[in-house]
Parts: sequence; C-alpha cells; structure tokens
Amino acid sequence: MQAYFASLSLLKLLKNMPGGIAQGLIWGVMALGIYITFRLLDVADLTVDGSFTTGGACAAMLILAGKSPWLALAVAMAAGILAGLCTGLLHTKLGIPAILAGILTQFALYSVNLHIMGMAANKALNVDKYPLLVSSRYVPAAIGKGAAIAVVLVALMYWYFGTEQGSAIRATGDNPAMSRALGINIDNMKVLGLALSNGVVALAGGLMAQYQGFADINMGRGAIVIGLAAVIIGEVISRAVFKKYLNFAVTLGFTVLGGVLYYLVVVVVLWLKLNSNDLKLFTAVIVALFLSVPHFRDRAQHSFRRKKAGEVSGDA
Amino acid sequence: MLELRHVSKTFNPGTINEKKALTDLSLHLAPGEFVTVIGGNGAGKSTLLNAVAGVWPVDGGTILLDGEDITAWPEHKRAVHIGRVFQDPMMGTAPNMQLEENLALALRRGQRRGLKWEVTKVEREDYRALLADLGLGLEDRLTAKVGLLSGGQRQAVTLLMAALRRPKLLLLDEHTAALDPATAAKVLELSDRIVSEAHLTALMITHNMTDAIRHGSRLIMMDEGRIILDIDGEAKKKLTKRELIDRFAQSAGYQLESDQTLLSKN
Repeated sequence: MQAYFASLSLLKLLKNMPGGIAQGLIWGVMALGIYITFRLLDVADLTVDGSFTTGGACAAMLILAGKSPWLALAVAMAAGILAGLCTGLLHTKLGIPAILAGILTQFALYSVNLHIMGMAANKALNVDKYPLLVSSRYVPAAIGKGAAIAVVLVALMYWYFGTEQGSAIRATGDNPAMSRALGINIDNMKVLGLALSNGVVALAGGLMAQYQGFADINMGRGAIVIGLAAVIIGEVISRAVFKKYLNFAVTLGFTVLGGVLYYLVVVVVLWLKLNSNDLKLFTAVIVALFLSVPHFRDRAQHSFRRKKAGEVSGDA
Repeated sequence: MLELRHVSKTFNPGTINEKKALTDLSLHLAPGEFVTVIGGNGAGKSTLLNAVAGVWPVDGGTILLDGEDITAWPEHKRAVHIGRVFQDPMMGTAPNMQLEENLALALRRGQRRGLKWEVTKVEREDYRALLADLGLGLEDRLTAKVGLLSGGQRQAVTLLMAALRRPKLLLLDEHTAALDPATAAKVLELSDRIVSEAHLTALMITHNMTDAIRHGSRLIMMDEGRIILDIDGEAKKKLTKRELIDRFAQSAGYQLESDQTLLSKN
C-alpha cells in the first residue's frame, strides 16, 4: 500500500492536467451536439457513437490527402449531418423508435467508416507532416483553439435556437401535440435536430482525430455515454452553483465545462493507476450516479416521509 | 365555413373492441357560428373535433374548410387555419419554454419558420397588452416558464394562443373540464369574449348542459356517433335544461333520468 502511494507523483498529475483539459474541451464540443437531441428533442440518440468516428475518419483522410484541416472539419461535419439525417428518416418516415433508429445507423456506420478509411482500422496523422489544427504535442495551443471553437459553437447555438426555426425544434421536444396544433411539422423538426446534432458530434470527432494524431474505427465507442456525462455533470454543477435554471448560453457553457470535468476525472483515475480497461465501467457508474441526481432531488422534495421538525426541505 | 359530408370513423375495425365513433355524420357551420356540442361519454364529440383537426384520417366522407377540401391534409397543415384548446391544460402549452416564447410560437401558426429571431421587441409589447387583458397578472411574467403557471392560467394562455393568429375555426375540446368551477367560469367567459371579438367560427364541446345552453349561437347534441339534435336561433335562446332532456329522449329513443345521466351515460 505504501509503495503504491509512494509511486503516485503529484507533479505527474499536474503535468497531465492541461492535456486532460484539451481533450475534455473536445468532448465538451461533442456534448453540445448531444445536448440538442438529449435535452432539446428529448431523444437519446445512439447514432453519435458512429458519427463521431465518421467525423474523425473524414477529417483524417482529407488531411492525409493534403487538404486544409478547416476543410476537413467542414466535410466531417457534413458527413455527420448525413448520418443524423439517416437516423431521422428511419425514425420519422419508417416509424422506427428513435433509439433503435440510432442503433441501426450506428451499426451501419461501422462499415461506412471502414470504407472512408480505405478499409484500414486506423489512420495515423503525424503533426510534423500535416498542419493539424490541434495536437496533443502542442497542448496550450490546443486548449486555446478548442476553447475558441466551443465559444463560437455556443454562440451559434444560442442564436439558432432563439430563431423561429430553432424554437420550433425546441417546441417539438417540449410538447409534440401542441407543436402539431400550432402547425409545426414535427417530423421535419426531429430530422433537422438529429442532423444538426450529429454534425456537431462529427466535428468533434474531426478535432479528436487531429488531437490524438490518428483516426480509429473504435474512437467513437461510448461517445453517447461521455456526452451524457458532460451534459448531466454540467447541469448538476450549474444548479449547485447558481441554485436556479440559467440562460441557455450559460447552460451550454456548463455543458462544455462538464466535458472538461469528466475528462479531468479520467486523468485522475489514470493517475491513480487504475486499470484503464476498467475506465468504461467507471464512466458508466459515474453517469448512472449523475443521471440519478434529479430523481433523488425530486424524491427529497416530494417524499411522503415526514420531515423532522425544523428540517428545511431541499432547494426549490 | 366548415362542412362535413357523410363523415364516418370506426376505431379498431374488425376487432372485439370495434367502436363506431362517427356514423355518416354531416354538419354545416356558417361563418361566425359558435356551436356548443353536448352528449354522453362515447357519443363521438371528441372524435368529431379530432376528425376536423386531422389527428387521424377519417374512414369516409369529406371535410371542407372555407370551401377547401381538407380531408387528406395532415394535422400540422390543417393547423394553419384551425386553433385548438384541449381538455388537458398541460397539452396546449410548452412547459419548459417561456410564456412569451409560447405566444411567439402561436403567432407563427401557419407561417414559415425561418431564421428570424423568435420574440421581437414589438411583439413583446403586444403580448404584454394581451396578457394584461386576461386580468390574471401574467403581463409581468413574460419570461417565466409556462410550466410554473396554474392549470387555469395555462388554459387561458392556450386560448389566447389559439386565437392569436385569427383562425378560420376554433376547436374547444372540453377545455374547462379539468378546472375548478370558478376558474372554469372565467375561462368560459374569456372564450366567449375571444370568439365574439374576433367573430370566430367555433365548435365547443362541453359536458355541462347549462354551459351548452348559455354559450354559443347554436347547440348540437350527439349520441352514438350521430347528431340527434340541432337547435339554433331563437329556439336556442329559449332552451331550458328540462326541454333539452325531453328532446334528447324523443330523438335518442330512450329516457334520461337527469343531467347526471347524460354526464355518465356509457
């Protein structure tokens, strides 16, 4: 035991933190996409595990072909939009439940992604040879650019979901019956929301491939769980800090922060020398815990159990 | 304004739960007519409204709105011309959106929803005035989430929303049934005011005979998917509850014990 603690170096943890922040920012960007489906459309969209990889694969191949990383990101985003479109059409035109539609698209994307990467499971991107936008070799720059992209995206989403069209998407998620009665074509809105969401997720995939220096067929595995973790951690923390519901832009900001915090926890876990193969189990437990927070908070407020005299009820 | 020709609808056809909800029903509403619909449970009142709103397609017959055949139109397309208030106060508004956002959504009923900002400054002042008119103190809560409002408040807001962009037809589906009597009376009075001020054509379902008699310019009574009674003009004004029960017995072929029986007849 003593030997174990002696082997942990605080300095090493601190050294790994900036890298964790950079990677967390990219997960945070992806979480912004997941926020669109999970919170605004009220759908858990499992397409993202596939579309994240699609984004990474597209970006890697284009950069390897000598195209600019910006163009690579744009194409990655477009590919993600197409993936979301597939899920949306499976759901609305063929009547397949949203969760299943997402699983189907994700499953199919595995083959598609292999094709994109020329039937290779892995494509390396050397930062010395290609002008990558972000790279784990230059962490401070990656943090700066990652944060800038997150800020621009939050601003764009704040604007879009404040417009007539964006509001119609939000209304569709909030009350579909009312939306229909107000003349909103809710099927179209669902397809649009799913497409936009996967576009953002694929963009994050394109960033991740550049940051880690390779695209991998399995890089998107568990993306939905990490995204949910980021959304929920962001919400729980913002509510704990401000004790009220916040402006949309601030909520989105906290979602990005949630991604960063999630990844910092991962860094700590790795630093503790826990087996990295247990990371997914660990993540699932963390997400389950955070997902249950609203439930238990509700229970605490509306419990049949009598409160002891003088005991104050939870924050209302 | 609204015309139904030989409309029929059967639920679960061919099964043990088969239910003929509308049987060869024809109805014509002149512009500006305010029709109250009364009848027991399962008489087909809500089915009639849902058929007009396009919740599902009808089995047969034609539905015309302002001369246009809308029988094959999907719900969201009919919504361009039809305003609706539901029985469930939770159903007509988006709980997690702000009051002004809800009104703005309603203002764009039937319009193209583009990339313009949803709630404009000018609109906001209009909403404030309209809400002040309700007398519920909502004019100071424009940015409150609608989910925080009471059932009565939400139903009043839904009414306002349904009429915000003047519809060709207003459908009120027992929209006061879930409210307490005092609030129900207020919302009914508001319905009257909105219908008469904007000269709307309206169909209102109610379970309450007194309300059916007191409100609107015409009364129809339904039983087993048919219209069995249709009273308007002077006759409607002079109608009493007693008379309504008697005429129900004449038309339906069986006796009603009281108002209460009509409420619970199944």
